Order: sequence, then structure tokens, then C-alpha cells
Amino acid sequence: MSTPFYVSPQQAMADRAEYARKGIARGRSVVVLQYTDGVLFVAENPSRALHKVSEIYDRIAFAAVGKYNEFENLRIGGVRYADLRGYTYDREDVTARGLANVYAQTLGTIFSSAAEKPYEVELIVAEVGNAPEDDQIYRLPHDGSIVDEHGSVAVGGNADQISSYLDQRHRDGMTLAEALRLAVDSLSRDTNGGERTLTAEHLEVAVLDRTRPQKRKFKRILGRQLSRLLDGHAAGEQEKGQPGEGAGESSGTGSTGGNGKGAGKGGAAGKNGSGASAADADEPESGAADD
Amino acid sequence: MDFLGQHAPELLPGNRPLPAVQGVIEAPHGTTIVAASFPGGVVLAGDRRATMGNVIAQRDIEKVFPADEYSAVGIAGTAGLAVEMVKLFQLELEHFEKVEGAQLSLEGKANRLSTMIRSNLGMAMQGLAVVPLFAGYDLDREKGRIFSYDVTGGRSEEHGFAATGSGSVFARSALKKLFREDFTEHQAATAVVQALYDAADDDSATGGPDMARRIYPIVTVITEEGFKKLTEAEVSEIARAVHERRLEQPDGPRAALL
Repeated sequence: MSTPFYVSPQQAMADRAEYARKGIARGRSVVVLQYTDGVLFVAENPSRALHKVSEIYDRIAFAAVGKYNEFENLRIGGVRYADLRGYTYDREDVTARGLANVYAQTLGTIFSSAAEKPYEVELIVAEVGNAPEDDQIYRLPHDGSIVDEHGSVAVGGNADQISSYLDQRHRDGMTLAEALRLAVDSLSRDTNGGERTLTAEHLEVAVLDRTRPQKRKFKRILGRQLSRLLDGHAAGEQEKGQPGEGAGESSGTGSTGGNGKGAGKGGAAGKNGSGASAADADEPESGAADD
Repeated sequence: MDFLGQHAPELLPGNRPLPAVQGVIEAPHGTTIVAASFPGGVVLAGDRRATMGNVIAQRDIEKVFPADEYSAVGIAGTAGLAVEMVKLFQLELEHFEKVEGAQLSLEGKANRLSTMIRSNLGMAMQGLAVVPLFAGYDLDREKGRIFSYDVTGGRSEEHGFAATGSGSVFARSALKKLFREDFTEHQAATAVVQALYDAADDDSATGGPDMARRIYPIVTVITEEGFKKLTEAEVSEIARAVHERRLEQPDGPRAALL
């Protein structure tokens, strides 16, 4: 009769945490910043179809890094939680705090359950308020803890370096263009100190804009609008550069997010069956939502 | 909605036990909704009256709602059930859009509404029917489209104009004489207000523009730019112009005989 090896709980948890951290560190980063009219999300993401940033509800958005199929599950769960809450009670009653709690419960349960592998994801849930002081940003690491963030936050591969870069330079009351410039600058710094050029094609940009007249404050910044904002920034530093497209092509030679793409592809397979598989996978989560 | 069905079935209209009462329940009813398309979009408008038997239950009810960015739904029938149906319909379109990252096609939306009306058939048999009119801008075909329904969920696409509710017979006849293919947005809005005026003229359950209380019909326009509800000032201008002319010609504009 063989006795199983004894592994101390500390060791087991440390191993799981390291596993999750390594998974997250492989991906590209996402940064979230407050600006004067709301909250800005910028992700380095060459894919147009597989989003890292998306809408959850009227004033709430979600950003994630890590394994696509895992955070996509969490995203759909979040949308369901929010829509069900809003339908049962009122649209006002759906809050980022409630949603972050549900995510924390789910991630925490998965992290400490021995039967499952921990999720290799890190999430950000943000809600835009009526004034900048009312904005809320929550960061949810892989182990189910919640960190209440202010001003700026970064998650993903190079998060520590990017956060410290952002912390030094971010201030309250930035305009959208300024905040976007800062976000892109922070993302284009390499681990080894080098700089890459990030163009509109490599970026996924979205805002929660409190000035939008609609109830749903989430808006993606795409195509021409994005190039215009980025161009305004380029024009500030150099002279009036070429229009968006030219600039985009010339610097397309830089590293084309190999990691990000890999993760994306894995996710695509998951998404095909999302109708059925997501529903199954979400069961534990919706259970948590009820508590 | 599949998830709601599994998770909280009591929230779905079709899954409720039917009330055991026989005969018609007195509940507020909504009344006339009209729609007309024009090159580049569609207008959907509704009067403001809700009735309960011979009593006017509410003078300023709103019966036209945005379903999402590019479509709207106007309701006739039992107000409480209809408003809930619209709420669920809006939720479903928004949910689909967020989960899939793309909007449902206009056909898809129309079909979904059809299923929701059918699930209410039991209630409809007891006199609590809901019969909406659905209009939207089809981004693929680049034109406004109108869908009408019957109580069993039967869906039919209407070309040009349509009406539903108790005053729909009169409104449709009025629109038939007024409608032209080459309407501008403003002309289409005027035509539907004329039609609502005629419906109110002949149907007691439809309210006309209430000049004294400044209650005017709800007029919404859906174009490539999305859903837009005309402001009270815009509608009052149209309603006043119509009213002005009716003081001289109570039956409204005359169509050519031949």
C-alpha cells in the first residue's frame, strides 16, 4: 500500500499561484486609466474579433488578461449576472462592487479547489460614476482577492513595470488624448527597457464615457477616431506626421504579438461552442451570484 | 432567453400559471400604433391613451419604446403585459449583443418577438392579448422595415405603412390615402400624426393630441444614425400644424378622386 506524498498546504498554494502567475505573464498587458470624462481601457491586442475589453452593463466594463477561454467564461457569466440583476430589480442596482464580489468568489473557489486547475486570468472591473470621484476600479488577481484601485492600473505580462511607469505620470483630470498617449507609451516599453512602436492596428481601445447621452456608457474607439487621437499625440511630439494609415504600415514590422495571438486562437475554439459549453461552465458561478 | 428559463423561469411571461377566472379582466389597454417607412428610415408613433373598459385609465402612457439602437417596438393590448414583454425583449437584444459582440439581424429580432407573443397565447385567449408593431432600420439592406403581428405570434412584413390596435382600421385607411413612397422624414412624421388624429376621431380608445394638457403622440424615427425620439417641441409643432388645418377641414386632407 502506497502512501501519497505529503505536500504542505502552503507549498500547494504557492505552486498554484506560481502556475497562474506564469500563465498570466505570458500574455500582453492591459491598462486602465481614469481620465476627466470617464475610464479608458487600452489593450495590446492584434485581434479584432477576440476582445480583451468589453461591456458588462450600462456603466460597467471588464478587461482581462490571461487565457482567453477562461476569461471569456467569466465575462459571459458577468453579463448574465448583470442582466439578470437589472431585469429583476432595476438598472441602477447593478454595481461594479457586486460584480467584483461575484468574480472574487468564483476565482477564489476555483483557486482553492484541488480538483480544478487555477484560472490563469487577471481581471479588471470598472464602473464610471457621475463625477471622477465616483469612478470605481477593481483589480481581481487569479486567487480571488480584490484590490480597489485609483487612477491607473495595469495587468498582464509586464504589469509591475507598467504600473510604476503609470503611477509616476498619471494625474487627475487628464483629457482622453493625454490618457491614451500615456497608456500607449506605457504599453510600448519593453521588459528590457527598449521601446516598440504600437499603432492603431495593435491596440484595442474602449472608454466608459460619462458624457455619453445613452444609458450605455461603453464605447469602443475604432478606426479613424483612434488614428486621429493617436495622430494628435504623434503631432505633439514630432511634427505633423503622415496620416494614420501610413504611420500604421511603416511600423508594422515590430513584433506582432505572438503570445497574444496564441492565446486568442485557443479561445476561438472555445467560442465556437460557446452556447453550450459556456452555459455548463457557468453553473458554479451563477450559484455564487445567488448568495 | 435560455438562461432565464433555466435559472429563474418564473420571470418569463410564458411560464406563469394562468389565472382561473373566466371572462375578461379589466386591465388598462393600450391602443393605436402606426408606422410608415420613408427612403432612409422608418417612423413609429403611438397615441397616449390607456383605457379600462369605458374609463380612460391614463392620458399620458408611452407605448413606443426603443428595442435597441436600430429598432423600436410599439405596443397595443394589455399594458402591463406588453410593457413587460418589451422590457424582456430589450434585455434579450442587449444581452445577445454583449455576449456575441454583434447585433442580431433585424429578421432575428422580429422572429424573437414573434416567439414572445406566441408564449403569451394562453393569456391572449383569456382576453389579455399583446399585439406589438415592430419597426427598425436594416443595416444590411439599408432601409427601414416594418413587421406586424397577430396574437398567435404570426409575423408579416409590411411594406410602406402599418397600424395595430383598436384604432388601427381608421389609422391604416388614413395612411393608405396619405402615404407616398418619397416622403421625407418630416412628411412621414406628419403623416403618422394625421393617421393617429383620424384614429382618435373614430375610435374612443385612442387619444388625439391633447392641446390643453400638452400631451402629444410619441413619434420616433429610426434611420442609419439609430433610434431617435422626437422632442415634445418637435411633435407639438407637427400636432399643432395638423390641428390648425383640421379647424378648417375637420376630416383632414382630401385625396384626389382619380
